[in-house]
Amino acid sequence: MTTVLIAIAALLGLAALFGAVLGYASEKFKVEGDPIVEQIDALLPQTQCGQCGHPGCRPYAEAIAEGEEHNRCPPGGDTTVEALADLLGREVLPLDNEGAEDASVERVAWIREDECIGCTKCIQACPVDAIVGAAKQMHTVIADECTGCDLCVDPCPVDCIDMIERPVTLATWTWNRPAGIGRRPEQRIEVVNL
Amino acid sequence: MRANLSLLQHLVPGGRRPPVHDFPGGVHPAEHKAVSNQAPIAPGPRPRQLVLPLNMHLGAPARPIVAVGDRVLKGQMLAEPAGAVSAALHAPTSGTVVALGPRPIQHPSGMDALCIVLEPDGEDRWTERRAVADHTRLGPGKLIALLRDAGVAGLGGAGFPTSVKVNLGDHQRVEQLIINAVECEPYITADDRLMRERADEIVLGIQILQYLLNPHDTLIGIEDNKPEAIAALRDACADSDVEVRVVPTKYPSGGEKQLIQLLTGKEVPSGRIPAQCGVVCQNVGTAWAVKRAVHDGEPLLSRITTVTGDAVARPGNYEVWLGTPVTDLLHHAGVDKGRLGRLVMGGPMMGFTLHDPSVPVVKTSNCIIAASAEELPEPPPEQACIRCGACAEVCPANLLPQQLYWYAKTDDFERAQHHNLMDCIECGACAYVCPSHIPLVQYYRYAKGEIRTQTAEQIKADRARERFEARQARLEREQAEKGARRRARLEANRKKQEAAADHAPGAGDEKLAALKKEVGQASSAYKAAVKAAKTAEAQEADNAEELRARADSLKAEADRAKAALRDAKAATPAPTAAPAESSALADLKKAVGEASSAYKAAVKAAKNAEAEQADDADALRARADQLKAEADRLKAELREAKAAQGPAAAPAAPTPPKQDKNTAAEKPATVGDDQAAAKRQKRLKALKTAYNVAHKQYKEAHAAVERAERAGQDSEEALAAMHAKVEKLKAKADHCRDALDALVEQAKAAILAHTGKDLKTLKLDAARAESVLRDKADELERRRDTSDADTLETLNSELDALQEHAQLTRLALKTAVEEQGLVEE
Repeated sequence: MTTVLIAIAALLGLAALFGAVLGYASEKFKVEGDPIVEQIDALLPQTQCGQCGHPGCRPYAEAIAEGEEHNRCPPGGDTTVEALADLLGREVLPLDNEGAEDASVERVAWIREDECIGCTKCIQACPVDAIVGAAKQMHTVIADECTGCDLCVDPCPVDCIDMIERPVTLATWTWNRPAGIGRRPEQRIEVVNL
Repeated sequence: MRANLSLLQHLVPGGRRPPVHDFPGGVHPAEHKAVSNQAPIAPGPRPRQLVLPLNMHLGAPARPIVAVGDRVLKGQMLAEPAGAVSAALHAPTSGTVVALGPRPIQHPSGMDALCIVLEPDGEDRWTERRAVADHTRLGPGKLIALLRDAGVAGLGGAGFPTSVKVNLGDHQRVEQLIINAVECEPYITADDRLMRERADEIVLGIQILQYLLNPHDTLIGIEDNKPEAIAALRDACADSDVEVRVVPTKYPSGGEKQLIQLLTGKEVPSGRIPAQCGVVCQNVGTAWAVKRAVHDGEPLLSRITTVTGDAVARPGNYEVWLGTPVTDLLHHAGVDKGRLGRLVMGGPMMGFTLHDPSVPVVKTSNCIIAASAEELPEPPPEQACIRCGACAEVCPANLLPQQLYWYAKTDDFERAQHHNLMDCIECGACAYVCPSHIPLVQYYRYAKGEIRTQTAEQIKADRARERFEARQARLEREQAEKGARRRARLEANRKKQEAAADHAPGAGDEKLAALKKEVGQASSAYKAAVKAAKTAEAQEADNAEELRARADSLKAEADRAKAALRDAKAATPAPTAAPAESSALADLKKAVGEASSAYKAAVKAAKNAEAEQADDADALRARADQLKAEADRLKAELREAKAAQGPAAAPAAPTPPKQDKNTAAEKPATVGDDQAAAKRQKRLKALKTAYNVAHKQYKEAHAAVERAERAGQDSEEALAAMHAKVEKLKAKADHCRDALDALVEQAKAAILAHTGKDLKTLKLDAARAESVLRDKADELERRRDTSDADTLETLNSELDALQEHAQLTRLALKTAVEEQGLVEE
């Protein structure tokens, strides 16, 4: 009988000990915030364009974490949908890009400076503060910071903002993928031993 | 391998075998070096024009410091280095700068880049040269600056600015300075000839580099297939501490990391540069350029370029001015255009095919191969990978080429990176041995490019996120500050009122306040009326007269109120308004507000319910209707009460009806034109598309013609035909544009007819009204803390009037534009 009691006492002691350790650990190593939202946010393209129906990428990340569909980001394209499906263990959905422009072409806002009247509306609309200017002064876009989100175009009262394609430069040019099996690879130089 | 090593022992005098290590893999392609290394270095052509790209080197393009039309002397700086990693650019001969614009350059993309075009005057007149006889007296700092200003960049192939490479921190100890004289790629013999003929100059250059880097050992690595060059270097190095080490011939032993491994046994870790292992590697040609820059005061103006291949009559090495078009160089070497199959810049293993022979020779162009179709034939079609593993055996970087190939092919870039794709030196050994003729290097280049793009996008996304979050934080902070200010103001007002109540609870103050309020209301009503009248006049509405009269009467009212206030202030105030009445009015207002907000909430709830198809949607909708009736009733009561109180107590009342009238007056006029406008809208759209297409075609054709003219290869007829085509396309585009313009004009005229204003005036009106409105809002915001309640009241009503006005103009613009089908997509 005493052996049984000793065993029970030992187990209870161990249970109390581990409980204390776990309780301490849960307080000491508490994770602040919701890490899944951070992870989702990191996968989104950060154009802050609002095409998903949320005022920015982070709000959409929060919405996804709460169960919203993960296919509403046209700028991210199918790759983002796949990455999100991978992260969340959900099904890969077809991209919901109805009415959105082709996202594969990168665009940048361009203000026709002669026509700008300096109303500051586009500055207020820009989600990443990429437009500089002051009231009644000409505005201009910091092209490097522009995410091409389109949000400045509608508020402009004189329609002087164009979305232009980002041209390919020597710095951004990359090699094409070779044509594939059965085709002659154009760029390959065949060295033969004559 | 063993044979090579035994050969080495023969070459080393005294039998001392220098420690030469080995690197994995490697191939032995046919060398073809004898084609071009027989003749001594010959002077290059004297072309009609020199095209000098601003990015001949690795790093930031140089910044031009000359203008079109400037006359420059040989050796004069044309562009200065821009940024830390950059090199200067000099005039290879005297002449005139004739253009500064985009030209095709030495880049596999075939894209244009900014170039300085120089027309030589044939005099070849030097600018002032400052030669430094003893570099040790100059000091390292000035010496590095001199190299930077002389535009010296690596002549081996990458073109890394030398001044950056030799400018190491004090803490960085250089154990070995390696001079790369391997030249392992087939066909190329530029360094070979340079060493045979100018070994003394090379050694002087090496001594300058030694002075700058202070290395423990200095080694020259050279392949055993250049016995003459080895002998020449040995002679030149006889009484210096520079050691010539011969390595067996194997491609790619000239790769920087491979050569370091061969000579020192050190392996440069992935992602590091040799300097972090205490090794600095310089090309032998660079050493020569360093000597010329320091001891002769000559900046980098020319380089030795091998011109070889079956299609040239005089293959050999030429000392070519930088910027010489490849076409001129080929003609100089006697090219046979009929035999020319493939034109390659660089070696056959790592070079790229030139599609446009007008590109210039630059600092990194060590070889031009004008090969016949048999020599460098069309590559056979790619076949499926059979997983033979031959590529893995020859990879000098110890990678798994076939795995990398699969990952690049399936766009699995993450996996490719895990397999160290970025360590691939793109030497082409794997593709050389591939029995399936897979263009492996192209796959790796594609994957690397995609990875770089993705990384850049990630960086940009991170920055966008930061900026977005910073903006959110700023907006929140501003909101909070605003809220705090408002609370403080309310508090202050309350205190003031309390104090007033404590001090003098008499009726006089109250009456005075009521009077003030009345004055404010009257004047704001007057202002609003004036504005309304003006708008009506501008739009030639029928009721302009009426409105004007009303405004006058309101002004009289306001004046009267002001007089009353003055009187009241001067003496004991005359009783004008019953306080009980106004408090009743306020109560009523409040009730109206509550009722309408309740109604709105109810409508919202009903909508939500409908969207979710709940059962109680009907009930909610009914309740909303009920609430609306209630709100309407209260509003009517309020109106009556206000009317009873007098006309001055109805601020901004005249505006809403006017708006109704205006829209009503506009409608009938436009209804008839609706169809025409819709038709025009359709045509406009179609025309716009047609114009865009035509214009694009024209531009492309034009560019093609320009390119063809520059290349100067096509016949006269072909050019003429191209010109005719361009003209036709231009005419087409012009026609489209004219039609488009006419249509737009028509639409604008229609707007003018309907509204009495043209589109621009309308747009400007709208914009102006907006900005006046904003100014007023700003003023209100500014004075909120300083002014008393009555001024604020006045300002508020002015703001309301302005808002109405702005809305009106905006509406006018919108209807005009929409009706005429000028809506921008």
